[in-house]
Amino acid sequence: MYFLKLVLRNALRHKLRTGLTMLGIFVAILAFGLLRTVVEAWFAGAENASTTRLITRNSISLVFPLPITYGERIRQVEGVTHVSHANWFGGVYVSEKNFFPQFAVDAATYLPMYPEYLIPPENMKAFLLDRKGCVVGRKLAQQYGFKVGDVVPLRGTIFPGNWDFVVRAIYDGADPKTDTSQFFFHWDYLNEILKKTVPRRANTVGVYIVGIDQSSRAAAVSAAIDQGFRNSLAETLTETEKAFQLGFVAMTEAIVVAIQVVSFLVIFIIMAVMANTMAMTARERLAEYATMKALGFGPVRLIALIFGESFAIALAGAAAGIAATFPVADWFAHRLGTLFPVFGVSRHTVIMQLAAALLVGAVAALFPGLRAARLRIVDGLRNIG
Amino acid sequence: MAGTPIVEIRHLFKSYRRGGQVVPVLHDLSFDIAEGEYLALMGPSGSGKSTLLNLIAGIDKPDSGELRISGEEISRLSESGLADWRAANIGFIFQFYNLMPVLTAFENVELPLLLTGLGRRDRRERVDLALEMVSLTDRSAHYPSELSGGQQQRVAIARAIITDPLLIVADEPTGDLDRVSAGDILGMLERLNRELGKTIVMVTHDQRAAERARIVKHLDKGELVDGETTH
Repeated sequence: MYFLKLVLRNALRHKLRTGLTMLGIFVAILAFGLLRTVVEAWFAGAENASTTRLITRNSISLVFPLPITYGERIRQVEGVTHVSHANWFGGVYVSEKNFFPQFAVDAATYLPMYPEYLIPPENMKAFLLDRKGCVVGRKLAQQYGFKVGDVVPLRGTIFPGNWDFVVRAIYDGADPKTDTSQFFFHWDYLNEILKKTVPRRANTVGVYIVGIDQSSRAAAVSAAIDQGFRNSLAETLTETEKAFQLGFVAMTEAIVVAIQVVSFLVIFIIMAVMANTMAMTARERLAEYATMKALGFGPVRLIALIFGESFAIALAGAAAGIAATFPVADWFAHRLGTLFPVFGVSRHTVIMQLAAALLVGAVAALFPGLRAARLRIVDGLRNIG
Repeated sequence: MAGTPIVEIRHLFKSYRRGGQVVPVLHDLSFDIAEGEYLALMGPSGSGKSTLLNLIAGIDKPDSGELRISGEEISRLSESGLADWRAANIGFIFQFYNLMPVLTAFENVELPLLLTGLGRRDRRERVDLALEMVSLTDRSAHYPSELSGGQQQRVAIARAIITDPLLIVADEPTGDLDRVSAGDILGMLERLNRELGKTIVMVTHDQRAAERARIVKHLDKGELVDGETTH
């Protein structure tokens, strides 16, 4: 208790200096937390991917479609339990800035493969019965105010024309990390229109989603699928859903790396600021440390005192920074809309913030602590007067 | 000299290195300090009196020679052993009081007791008694910045006696005080010596302070000047 009292009173001895240092740590930890949250949001799709779902696409590029006939052949591969397909639609809702992912899917087979999308049975039934129906995620619905029964007009870019869809269901996520910013409608409807307008693009799909019985067989099943289409007009590339998602992340890897570097730079800078504060503090107190040593306090106690003070300042600033991360991240998520399907402060981020604060506290106290421990009493006592 | 020696110094040498040069400070010093003695060490600046006090207090180590306190050769103790020894045996009074500015008078006096393993209640009793002895009971909750120089030095005296040490070492205890306060402090040290039998070694430049000690030894160029004054 006495020790704690001494630590806290020492920490508050120069209120302005301590206050400014804590403010710096608050800002740094907040910035670090937000940047880590952005990085996690970048990887959210890959992190939440199922281990028993594979994605089969055209081996040349995702831009090139695959024939609809491949579905049945994929279904024959040993280990495959489900097969569905989807097309990226890429429509514009009112204006280009209103971006959200839209997929034309084989509703009857697609949605059962994603148990994390929770749809009330009566709404699901209504969607299946309406060829112009669509399902929207809760986040998307909240952002644009979509309600069941609303008509959502999309202007096609990849598939030209004006498309009107009726919201038949709103899905929720099974957990907070589930992406609820997506928009699904019937592939049959898209194909029906294409047959009339651009027949050569009809009966093709963007990707196949393949369900497998055991995640450990993913590599073997992927190889078997791709082997089946070798030397065909449209060779396939099959990979796990996670690898598929990471492929998108890899396209923007430089940005992610830059964000990560900046997040660690922020911590490095505050570490230098904090180290300077603690070094100044220790330099001013050499006579006190010498006096304590003369009274019989050993180096370990002095080191504990300095580390305690450093941790107290770092953790107080960090606690405020961590607490502020949540509302600021919520505000960011609101401002970013559906740019990041999942944008929330994870427990992992909080642990990293806490670890960063402890690291800052420890590094800042290291040199002053060692200096105090090595201080010769007679030298320290000369610093008086 | 009355009583058995509590400090035994034999052929003590001490030098410092300054800019690559060895500067001798104490040269072949030998003398005893008896238990219950009140010794004042005087001498010009650079004579080695503070260095000698530091060696006796165990905050510095000699180059060679023997330095026994109450029969224990302290120059052979390790750093941590010496720290424990100081906590148990030495009470310090410094020229500039050396109180912790963030601790109250009470807490400053209590500080050395944290190394003794005494319980909170026992510590409180002892601190109350020590503050009473230096007539500062009513200032126990005050911080050093709220006390005069004389009062701060009285707190330092209370801190020095709180562990009931074998030896009290005082380095210019009146050097930063006005005449009245200095008189108070010297009176207090005198009482500690006469009434409680505390052995005190004091370094001073002040002739009036030295006159309050029982014995005055003079140092010059690291050696004892022949003859000592007894009061």
